[in-house]
Amino acid sequence: MQQKMQQTFGITIEGLSKRYGSGNAAVDALKDVNMTVAPGEVVGLIGPSGSGKSTLLKCLGAIIEPTAGRMTLGEEVIFDGGWKISDLKALRRDKIGFVFQAPYLIPFLDVTDNVALLPMLAGQPNAASRRRALELLTALDVAHRAKAQPSELSGGEQQRVAIARALANQPPVILADEPTAPLDSERALSVIRILNEMAQQYQTAIIVVTHDEKIIPTFKRTYHIRDGRTYEEAGEGRAL
Amino acid sequence: MINLAGRDILHSWGKFAFTGLGLGLLIGVTLTMAGVYRGMVDDAKVLLNNSGADLWIVQKDTLGPYAESSSLHDDVYRSILGLPGVAQAANVTYLTMQVRRGDTDVRAMVVGFEPGQPGEPGYLTAGRQITRSHYEAVADVKTGFQLGEQIRIRRHDYTVVGLTRRMVSSGGDPMVFIPLKDAQEAQFLKDNDAILNERARTATNPSLNRPGVPGLLEAIQASQASNRNVNTVLVRVQAGQSPEEVAAPIRRWKHLQAYTRVQMEEILIAKLIATSAKQIAMFLVILAIVSAAIVAFIIYTMTLGKIREIAVLKLIGTRSSTIAGMILQQALGLGLIGFIIGKVAATFWAPAFPKYVLLESGDAISGFIAVMIICALASTLAIRAALRVDPATAIGG
Repeated sequence: MQQKMQQTFGITIEGLSKRYGSGNAAVDALKDVNMTVAPGEVVGLIGPSGSGKSTLLKCLGAIIEPTAGRMTLGEEVIFDGGWKISDLKALRRDKIGFVFQAPYLIPFLDVTDNVALLPMLAGQPNAASRRRALELLTALDVAHRAKAQPSELSGGEQQRVAIARALANQPPVILADEPTAPLDSERALSVIRILNEMAQQYQTAIIVVTHDEKIIPTFKRTYHIRDGRTYEEAGEGRAL
Repeated sequence: MINLAGRDILHSWGKFAFTGLGLGLLIGVTLTMAGVYRGMVDDAKVLLNNSGADLWIVQKDTLGPYAESSSLHDDVYRSILGLPGVAQAANVTYLTMQVRRGDTDVRAMVVGFEPGQPGEPGYLTAGRQITRSHYEAVADVKTGFQLGEQIRIRRHDYTVVGLTRRMVSSGGDPMVFIPLKDAQEAQFLKDNDAILNERARTATNPSLNRPGVPGLLEAIQASQASNRNVNTVLVRVQAGQSPEEVAAPIRRWKHLQAYTRVQMEEILIAKLIATSAKQIAMFLVILAIVSAAIVAFIIYTMTLGKIREIAVLKLIGTRSSTIAGMILQQALGLGLIGFIIGKVAATFWAPAFPKYVLLESGDAISGFIAVMIICALASTLAIRAALRVDPATAIGG
C-alpha cells in the first residue's frame, strides 16, 4: 500500500515538523504536517502570515532541514528523519521547480537562456537546452519574446517565463510561492490556468502558496495551514 | 553552458566600461611608475654607452665621475696611454649646470671632450661634430637648442653646430658637449672680482711674494687662474684585451681608481639611483594595494547588487563553483579592461613626461599577471559574500 502511494503521488509528506531554536526559545513552525499531491494536480496552500507557509515551502524545497517526518518525491524518499539525498542542490535543480512571488529572472540573460539555464546546469547540451526552452515558451505563448531581455517583458510575460523556467527540467514537483501576488485578476487567473495546463501536460504536482482571494476558488483541493498544522479541504475547482 | 560573467558584463557594459576606465587610469599610473624606473636605468646605461669607454679612470677612493665628484690632473692620460692593452685614453669633464637659452635656463650636463676621442657624442641627428678648439657646441635635442643658436655657459657664448639624441646624464638631464679646454675653464673659472681679490691676497702674502725672486708671484697667480684638472679619463682597451686586466695595474701603480663598465653600471644603478628605485617601488606597492582595494570594493558592491539573482541561482541548484567562477571571471574581466585602458593611457602620456619613461613589454606582461592576480584575490571577498547568500532569500517569508 505504501509502495502504491509513493507511485501514485507526486509528493507525499508525513508527520513533518520543524522547530526553530531550542529550550525555552524553541518555536514549532510546523507540527505533524501531512500532505499529498498527485502528478498533474494543482493544490493550494493557504494561510495567514506567520502560519508556517514559507517554512513548509522551504522544507519541501530542500532549503531548510525539517526536524522530523518523511518526504517522498515520486518513488524516492528524500527525507526520513534526515536527508536521504547528499546533493540537495542537484535535487532542487532536477526534481523541484520554483515559481516566486516576483519572477526573479536573471536580468543579464535573455528569455530563452533564462529558461535554458536549468537544463544547462543539469549538464544538457546548449542546443538541446534551448530547444527545450523554446518548446516551453511556445506552450506558454511567450515564444515571440524569446530573444527579449527580462526588463522588456510585462509582468504577466515575466511570470510565464518563470513558469517555463520551473518546468525546464521536467521536475515532478513545482513549488509556487504567491505567483499571482503582483498581477491583476485577469493575469492572475491566466497564470493559474497555465499552471493547471502544465500540470496536466507534464504530469507535475504543483503546490501554490497563496492568500490571493481571486485564485483560491480555482483549486479543487486546498490545504489550510494555521499555527504550523495543515487541514485538507475540498476546493471549489471553479472553471478557469 | 552559458558564460554568466560574460553575459553580465555585456548586459551592463557601461558600468563595466566606466569602472574599467577608472581602474585603467590607476593601472596606467602604475605602469608609468615602472616606466620611470626603467627610464632611469636606461638613462644610466645610455650614459655609459655614449661615452664609448671600456674603463673610467677616476680619483682614488671615489665613485666618480657620475656618482661622486672626482678630480684628476689632465696629464694623467699620458701615463695611462703608455700602459699595455690601452688603445685610447682621453680627458673628460662633466658639469651639471643651468645654461642660458635666450631668457630661460636649461638644466644640462656640460661635457668637455676632445674631438675623435672617447667621450665624443657617438652620432648626430643634424649638423656636424665640433671642429674648432673653442666656442662650438653639440647639444641634445631635449635641450631645445637649434642649429646655429647661441648657448651661454658662464661668460662665453657657444654656437650649436650639431644636434644629438638620447645623450643624457644619469639624472636624465640632456647633455651639451663643448671642447675640453672650454669646459675646464667653465668648471673652475672664477668671476673677475674674485680673481682680483685672489691676486691681491697672493701679492700681500710674504711667503709667495718674496723680494729677490722675480717671476714667482706671476707664476703663482697664473696657476691660480687656470685649471689643469679633469673629472675622468675614459679608456678604450685594445681589441681582445680584458678591461679588468688593463684596470688592475692602473689601480695598483697609478694611485687611481679604474672602473670597468660592469662596475660602473653597478655604481649607477645599484648606488646612484637606488634610493629613487626604492621610492618608486614604494609607490608601486601602494598603487597595487589601492588597485586591489578598489577592485575588491567594486566587485563586492556589484555582487551585493545581485544578491537576489544569486539567491535564485543557488535555489535552482547552481553549483557554488559556477557562482564563484562568475564573480572571479567578472573580476578578471574588469582587470583585463583596466589593463588595456591603462596600457593605452601610459603609452599615450609617457612621451609627455620631462624625463625618459621606458615602457618595456616585459613590465607590461608582469603588470598584466599582477593585475590578474590582484583581481583574483580581490574577488575572494565578493565570492565569500555570494556563497553565504541563503537561497531562501529568493522565497522570502
